[in-house]
Amino acid sequence: MIQDEFGRLRLKLIAITLAFSFVPLLSLGLGLYAKFYDTYTDKIYGNLRNLVDNKKVTIDMFLSERVAQLSNLALTESYQDLAGDAYLERIFGVLQLHSKSFLDLQVIDQNGLCVSYVGPYQLKGIDYSHEDWFRTVMAKGIHVSDVFMGFRKYPHFNIAISRREGEKTWVLRAAIDSDIFDTLVRTVQLGKSGDAFLLNAQHVLQTKPRFGHDMFDTVPFPDIPRFSGTRVDEITVNGQRSLYAMTWLNLKDWLLVIKDDPAEEFLPLYRARWLLILLLSGGALLIVGGAIFIANGTVRQLIQSDREKATLDASLTQSSKMAALGKLAAGVAHEVNNPLAIIMEKAGWMRDLLTEEDIKASPNFQEFEDAVTKIEFHVRRAKDVTHRLLGFARRMEPTQENLDVNLLLEQTRSFLENEANFRGITFVRNYQSDLPHIESDASQLQQVFLNILDNAIDAIDKNGTITITTHTVPESGEVDIAIADTGKGIPKETLEKIFDPFFTTKKVGEGTGLGLTISYSIIGKLGGRIKVQSDEGQGTTFHISLPIAV
Amino acid sequence: MGLRVLAVDDEADFIETLVKRFTYRRIPVTAAANGPEALARLDREDFDVVILDMRMPGMDGLTVLQEIKKRHPLVEVIILTGHASVEAGMQGMSLGAYDYVLKPVDFGELLEKANKAYERKKLNESRDHS
Repeated sequence: MIQDEFGRLRLKLIAITLAFSFVPLLSLGLGLYAKFYDTYTDKIYGNLRNLVDNKKVTIDMFLSERVAQLSNLALTESYQDLAGDAYLERIFGVLQLHSKSFLDLQVIDQNGLCVSYVGPYQLKGIDYSHEDWFRTVMAKGIHVSDVFMGFRKYPHFNIAISRREGEKTWVLRAAIDSDIFDTLVRTVQLGKSGDAFLLNAQHVLQTKPRFGHDMFDTVPFPDIPRFSGTRVDEITVNGQRSLYAMTWLNLKDWLLVIKDDPAEEFLPLYRARWLLILLLSGGALLIVGGAIFIANGTVRQLIQSDREKATLDASLTQSSKMAALGKLAAGVAHEVNNPLAIIMEKAGWMRDLLTEEDIKASPNFQEFEDAVTKIEFHVRRAKDVTHRLLGFARRMEPTQENLDVNLLLEQTRSFLENEANFRGITFVRNYQSDLPHIESDASQLQQVFLNILDNAIDAIDKNGTITITTHTVPESGEVDIAIADTGKGIPKETLEKIFDPFFTTKKVGEGTGLGLTISYSIIGKLGGRIKVQSDEGQGTTFHISLPIAV
Repeated sequence: MGLRVLAVDDEADFIETLVKRFTYRRIPVTAAANGPEALARLDREDFDVVILDMRMPGMDGLTVLQEIKKRHPLVEVIILTGHASVEAGMQGMSLGAYDYVLKPVDFGELLEKANKAYERKKLNESRDHS
C-alpha cells in the first residue's frame, strides 16, 4: 500500500513536471512556427502575385498597343484608301516596322466581304458575314479572338476594329502571331516544376505550357468566376496539388495562370518544420528523462527517509513498550511481595507454634504440619515468580555485563526446544568450548537470538536441522555466531529487504515485520554486525558478529 | 545480655508476626511502624540490631538508615527490601547497613543474619572499649 502511494506520487511528480515544461515548450515552438509559416506563406504568395501582376501588365500592354495601332489606323485612314491592296500593303509594312507580330491585315466591308488583304494567304473575297466575331465587331466596335489555327495553320489570334464612315461601317482586321504570348508567359522565372499559361473562358489553353498539355487542350481547371485583381490559391488539378496565381486580363477574357509547386516553394518551410519537430522531440525526450530522473530521485529519497523513520519508530515503540512492561512487572512484583512476606511469616509462626507439646499431641498435628509446609513451599514458588519479574524489569535497562554467548544461546534454544521437537527439528550445536566472554546486554542479545531461531523454525516448518555455530575471529577481535537452517531459503529479490521495517512474508497478523528490524538495530547498538546469506531451497544462514571487548 | 532487636516496617501484620517469632525464640524485640518512631525508640532504649524495611510511607528506609548510623553508629542494620534488585541492597550496605534480606523473608536466614550482626556489634564495641 505504501509502495502504491509512492508510485502515485512518482507519477504525479512526473506529470506536473511534464505539464509545466511542455506547455511553454510547445507554445513557444508552435507559436514561432505559426508566425514563421504565416510570414513565409505571405512572402511566397506575394511573390507569385507580383509575378502574375507584372505579366498581366505586359500582356495587357501588348494587346492594348496592338488594339491602339489598329484603332489609330482605322480612325486615321479612310475605307477608300485601305480598300486598295497597294495602300494596305504600305500600311502593313509600317505596322510590321513597329511590331513583327502582325501576320496580316485585311479590310472587310459591311457585308462581311474581304475587300483587300495583305499577308501570306489568299483571303481576298472571303465572306465573313456569318462569323460570330464579325457580328460582335459590327455591334461592339472591337473584337479580340481566342488563339486558333484557322486557315493559316499557325497559332494566332485576330483583332478586329470596326469603323463607321458615313453610311458605311467597315472592319479592319489583323492576325497576330500568338507566339509572342508563349514568349511573354514563359519568361517567368520559375522553379523546376513551375509553369505559366493563358486560359480562355472555356479553360482552353491559349499558350503552350511547359508541362503536361498541348496548346488548345482544355485544362480541367475549376471554374474561376471573373474577379478583379489577383488571386493565389492552392488548387488540385489532375490530382496534383499546386499553387496557382491567377488574374484576368483587362482586354480579353483570358486567365493568366502561374503555377508553382508548393513542395518546392515551401521547402525551406518544411525544413523548418522538420527542424522544429526534431528540436521539440529532442527537448521532449530531455524533459521526460529529466522528469523521470527527478521524480525517481525524490521518491527514492522519500522512501529512504520513510524507512529510516519507520525503523526509528519501531525501535522507539519497542523500547518504550519494554520499559512500560518493565515498570508494570516491577509494580506487580512489589505489591505481591508484601502480602507474600506476611503469609510467609504467618506460616513460619505457625511452624514455631507446632513445636509446642500440646499441639504435637493433637490428632491433626500431621495435617497442620503438612499444610504449613505446603504454604511455605508455594510462597517460595510465588517468590520465585516475583523475583523473576523484578529481574526482567531490571534487565529492560541496557546493561553491560560479562556474558557467555554459548550459555545465552543454550538458554534461548531451550525456550524453543518443545516447539522444535514437535516439528521434527533438531539442533546441532557447534559451540567453541573456550569462547571468550563478551561485554554485552544479555536480554537484548537473547531477544535477537530468539527472533532468528524462531524465524529458522518457521522457515523449516517441518523436519530439518538448525545448526548453531560459535567461534572466535581473532583478527577482528570478534565472536561470530552462525545460525543456519535447512529451510526454504529466501529469494534473491527479497533478501535485501528482510531488514526493512514492516517487511514480512508471514501471513497478516502472524508477523509484525519488525523482528529482524529490531534485531538489526540491537546488534548495531551493541557494536556488532548482522548478515544474512541464503540459497533458495537450500536454507538460510544468519551471521552475527559481536565485539569481544567494547 | 543477648541480642536486642528493633523491627521497623509499616505492614502491621508482618511486624506483628515477626515480633511473635522473635519473642518465641526469647529474643527481646520491639516493633516500630515507621522511621520517626524507630528513631525515637532508639534514643530511649538500647538495641543491637535494627531490621529496617526500605519502602515505607513518610520517611523511607534509606533516610532512616542514614539517621540511625549518624546517631548510633554501633547499631547494626539489616535491610528488608521488596526490590529483588541487588542495587538497592548494595546502596543500603554502602550507607553502613550490615546486610540485606529480600522479601518475602526466610526467617531462618533473617535470624542468622541478625545473630551475625550482633556478633559484629559486640566485636566493634570491644574494640571501641579497648
